[in-house]
Amino acid sequence: MNKLDLGRRKLLSRALALGAITTLPGCDFEDMAHPDLADRFLRTMLDFNDEMQALLFNPHTLAPTFPASMVTNPPRFNAYYDISMAPVVDPATYQLELSGQIQDKQSWTLAALRALPQEGQITRFVCVEGWRVIGQWSGVPLGYFLHRIGADTTCKYVSFKCADGYYSSIDMASALHPQTILALDFLNAPLTAPFGAPVRLRIPVKLGFKNPKSIMQLAVTNTYPGGYWEDQGYDWFSGS
Amino acid sequence: MAAEGNLSGIEIRTIPMGRITDQKTKPIHPWPLRLMHWVNALTIVMLIGSGWQIYNASPLFNFTFPETFTIGAWLGAGIAWHLAFIWLLMLNGLSYLLWGFFSGHFKQKLWPITPRAVLNDIGAALRFKLPHQSGVYNAVQRVLYLGVIFAGLTMVVSGLAIWKPVQLWIFTDLCGGYYVARYVHFTAMACIVAFLFIHVALVLTVPRVLPPMITGGKMPEVQS
Repeated sequence: MNKLDLGRRKLLSRALALGAITTLPGCDFEDMAHPDLADRFLRTMLDFNDEMQALLFNPHTLAPTFPASMVTNPPRFNAYYDISMAPVVDPATYQLELSGQIQDKQSWTLAALRALPQEGQITRFVCVEGWRVIGQWSGVPLGYFLHRIGADTTCKYVSFKCADGYYSSIDMASALHPQTILALDFLNAPLTAPFGAPVRLRIPVKLGFKNPKSIMQLAVTNTYPGGYWEDQGYDWFSGS
Repeated sequence: MAAEGNLSGIEIRTIPMGRITDQKTKPIHPWPLRLMHWVNALTIVMLIGSGWQIYNASPLFNFTFPETFTIGAWLGAGIAWHLAFIWLLMLNGLSYLLWGFFSGHFKQKLWPITPRAVLNDIGAALRFKLPHQSGVYNAVQRVLYLGVIFAGLTMVVSGLAIWKPVQLWIFTDLCGGYYVARYVHFTAMACIVAFLFIHVALVLTVPRVLPPMITGGKMPEVQS
């Protein structure tokens, strides 16, 4: 939560700095706490676009897969901080905490997650910035995991909180998509710290920033959880 | 018989005279065209400006667009503007295509295009001898207008391909994949910007064509 506050403060100072030099201070999601007319218009259209994307989402449409020879190696690091700042989670003591509309809220160790059925994929990771990489991830299908823990899959959202303060959330339909996995491995070896160790979400039906890394908490809820970037103005659904 | 012939002759003359009078009040640009033109002008400016902001986040070439000309102060705002105005563009574009087909606008104004007429008119234009006839598009205009309609369609198809490479994979495949689709999108944008330069330069050269696009104007009396 500290990191989030820092992000907000940084954004606010940037808004103030830009506001001083532009004729439309506060415009364009520069200060979400004080939305102006343009912000309200954009927010309305973002909500409309989220609805359109949910309508467009076909749970049976699979993301394209690629041969192993096309995997981008080394992978591309991306976060709102430098790679040296990436959190390091001790895999031996790691516990995935569960909350919300879930019957069995017992935490999961890495070993327990590895004992579940695993699935692999070589899919394209598309960043909201426009670049794309191809990677090979494997892990527990999220749909399987949600059923296993007795999650109420009629709920709207699955949300994630990460070791670095990052957070995000996805719609239930996308969470149950067969290619959505709680990834443990990259290129058949355990994930490394900057790339989401020990557990990250790999969801090829969404943009890159909807693939949170180093997940510490998973929740199932009907209350809109938002997200680190989503709260700043990226569209929440961000399907691909 | 002779008297009848004369009478009918008079009648025949009066009817087309009346029609010519009607044509005098017919605008050069009917109101749906003018409305769609200005809605399009707004959306195109918004989409190009916000598109440049999005481009800057991950440039395809060795340059970025100056912040002065981009819309949206950062990537998130650029995307928000882009995806807000895309609906207006598609709605307006679809209206234009339907109206163009069913009103006969395309058939009357954009067709036919013969290579000979195009070459003639390009030659005349380069010698500054291509006359402007209100309400009639010369061959160069026809090629440019059809070309920019095609660029607009390419823009929408490649845009959808980039926006939803999984759900709308058909469009992505049509563009040669996600990676190529960005270049297609960029190229179509560059064509539209080039068109805008020519379009605006011509309006500045022949400024009397501007008011009819606002008021509708009146067709000149002699049409042939």
